[in-house]
Amino acid sequence: MALLRYESQVRPPLVENDKNYHQVTEDIVRPIEANPTRLWWIGFLISVGLLLFGVYSIYREVTYGVGQWNLNKTIGWGWDITNFVWWVGIGHAGTLISAILLLFRQGWRTGVNRAAEAMTIFAVMCAGQFPIWHMGRVWMAFFVLPYANTRGPLWVNFNSPLLWDVFAISTYFTVSLLFWYSGLIPDLATVRDRARLKWRKFMYGLLSFGWTGSTKHWQRHESLSLVLAGMSTPLVLSVHTVVSFDFATSVIPGWHTTIFPPYFVAGAIFSGFAMVQTLLLISRKVLNLEEYITIEHIEVMNKVIVLTGSIVGVAYLTELFISWYGQNPNEGWAFAQNRLNLFSPYGWSYWLMMGCNVISPQIFWFRKLRRNLVVTFFMSVIVNIGMWFERFVIIVTSIYRDYLPSSWSTYYAPTIWEIGFYLGTFGLFFTCYFLFSKFFPVIAVAEIKHILKKSGESYKKNMYHIEKESTEHFYNEVHHDHH
Amino acid sequence: MAVKKFVVGCFDDEGPLFDAVKKVRKSGYKLHDVYTPFPIHGLDKAMGLRDTSLHTAGFLYAIFGTTSMLSFMTWVFTADFPLNVGGKPHFALPAWIPITFEFTVLCSCVGMVITFMYLCQLAPFVKKHHFHLRATDDKFVMVIELTSKTNESEVSSFLTGLGATEVNVQNAETGWWLGRYDKEQKLFVEGQSETVSA
Repeated sequence: MALLRYESQVRPPLVENDKNYHQVTEDIVRPIEANPTRLWWIGFLISVGLLLFGVYSIYREVTYGVGQWNLNKTIGWGWDITNFVWWVGIGHAGTLISAILLLFRQGWRTGVNRAAEAMTIFAVMCAGQFPIWHMGRVWMAFFVLPYANTRGPLWVNFNSPLLWDVFAISTYFTVSLLFWYSGLIPDLATVRDRARLKWRKFMYGLLSFGWTGSTKHWQRHESLSLVLAGMSTPLVLSVHTVVSFDFATSVIPGWHTTIFPPYFVAGAIFSGFAMVQTLLLISRKVLNLEEYITIEHIEVMNKVIVLTGSIVGVAYLTELFISWYGQNPNEGWAFAQNRLNLFSPYGWSYWLMMGCNVISPQIFWFRKLRRNLVVTFFMSVIVNIGMWFERFVIIVTSIYRDYLPSSWSTYYAPTIWEIGFYLGTFGLFFTCYFLFSKFFPVIAVAEIKHILKKSGESYKKNMYHIEKESTEHFYNEVHHDHH
Repeated sequence: MAVKKFVVGCFDDEGPLFDAVKKVRKSGYKLHDVYTPFPIHGLDKAMGLRDTSLHTAGFLYAIFGTTSMLSFMTWVFTADFPLNVGGKPHFALPAWIPITFEFTVLCSCVGMVITFMYLCQLAPFVKKHHFHLRATDDKFVMVIELTSKTNESEVSSFLTGLGATEVNVQNAETGWWLGRYDKEQKLFVEGQSETVSA
């Protein structure tokens, strides 16, 4: 057992201060049991307000048609698809943290995975709104499903990337939800068993599905988590790959590139981690969870941000190089005139994207800045602005000047209902997140307990003495254990 | 549904559990279960539980997903609705890979979760007897079933000897039921059950 529990002193503790199992439960579950704070109410009501504005914007769009948005020839995809790709991308960090880091056995994920997974689910919910309402006649949205119908039967086109998207996004949402909820069940049981109020006992009894903590159940739970993580890992890579296929399989200059899948996936993880930072920096402060979401967690995520930001930067440069090297005049024009040229109608957005995504994250090479909360928060917002503009650049600068110069569009700007729809998804996202942070444990309680004896601060101190012992003594002890 | 008699021992730490499980099995007592607030690796092996086959089930669901989606798309585009798109082949296998993959993952994950819930009897409104409310917080609860060959005081002192900090005897329903916790099937409340030794 001594061997299994060993963790190097070089690694900083993941749970600060002297905690035991009961204190972990207390610290994480207490915000759920307390009344919501004034700050919570203010944030929640603002979110609901935004959500209602979004609902009204959608009402306008459904009643009067897609003409309520400033989409027209040649810009048929504007803010809505930009927002769709942006929200899907944000979701990716949650799955990366919960699934890929589980496979890589990264202990630090336990502090942040629950909130990040919740973020994934809410972000995918927001993302899904855009293609659905963009259909215009939304009451026919079910036509995208391949079901036996009386119209022929007229089947959907399985060769179309837009249909691949339907399958990718719906699968991604379902699997993320199952993964998240199966992890929540034991923690909801913890809340249930502490409950004093009748409604709380009933609600959490309902939500926790009668979990007892039996060893056999834990064994199956572990197996389930591992396989779901294993399935989610290729799934998350496939989802943004399929989203990038929406563009890459077309013949539009600036979209028709083979670099899109890896470039989109890296960008998705990049923006997603920025959003995780935004949410967790607020959550740890408001919910008093600084001992569980430590400065170490923040720093590690900033490292991921600088890595993925640089990958995205390399992708941008590769794209530029290939547009020149490929000698396709249309593609060369799209990059040189529509994007690189600062004085073209949308040139500013390209350089804004470059500045936010490639140049600004480089400050995270400095340890001091990685561990600075104010800088981190500021950067997390900057990165998400940059990533929004990346999608905007890809979509709008590729299609506002098409092959026919006479149909080149005038300057595209969104209407208030287009903006309202986007703000509405922010409302949806934050309404869900506020409810989640009030009624569910924001940190995976059972998982924190699982790593407590390995990575908790007090246990690391004990480890110091073990480390001082001679190798021979250690060997003898382990050898003895095997008998 | 049978109500049985159990001796319940609570441990404050997972350390003594392995040793305790080993001794319980050696002495021939009927180990009902060990309830823990988080998964303890190796405890299932120590208790003699076999490995779960849940992942095999997941694999079978995945195969079902792959084959059903691939054959469905093949049937639609080659037999039922062969659409000529610029003379491209009807059997467009590369274009079907994304959907086949997504559906494989969907079937596997949904199937596994449903199987997991079925095996563990987890569902909304399902009620089970909780031997100790803090088994989901910080207590490690070992439950030994009393048989005709064992008596409660013997098992109780045995558990205390193993390091249990709290030992009591409970009559409990082992299965699950729907509805409310009524008088016989109530939640365990400290002090209301027979406490043999602390």
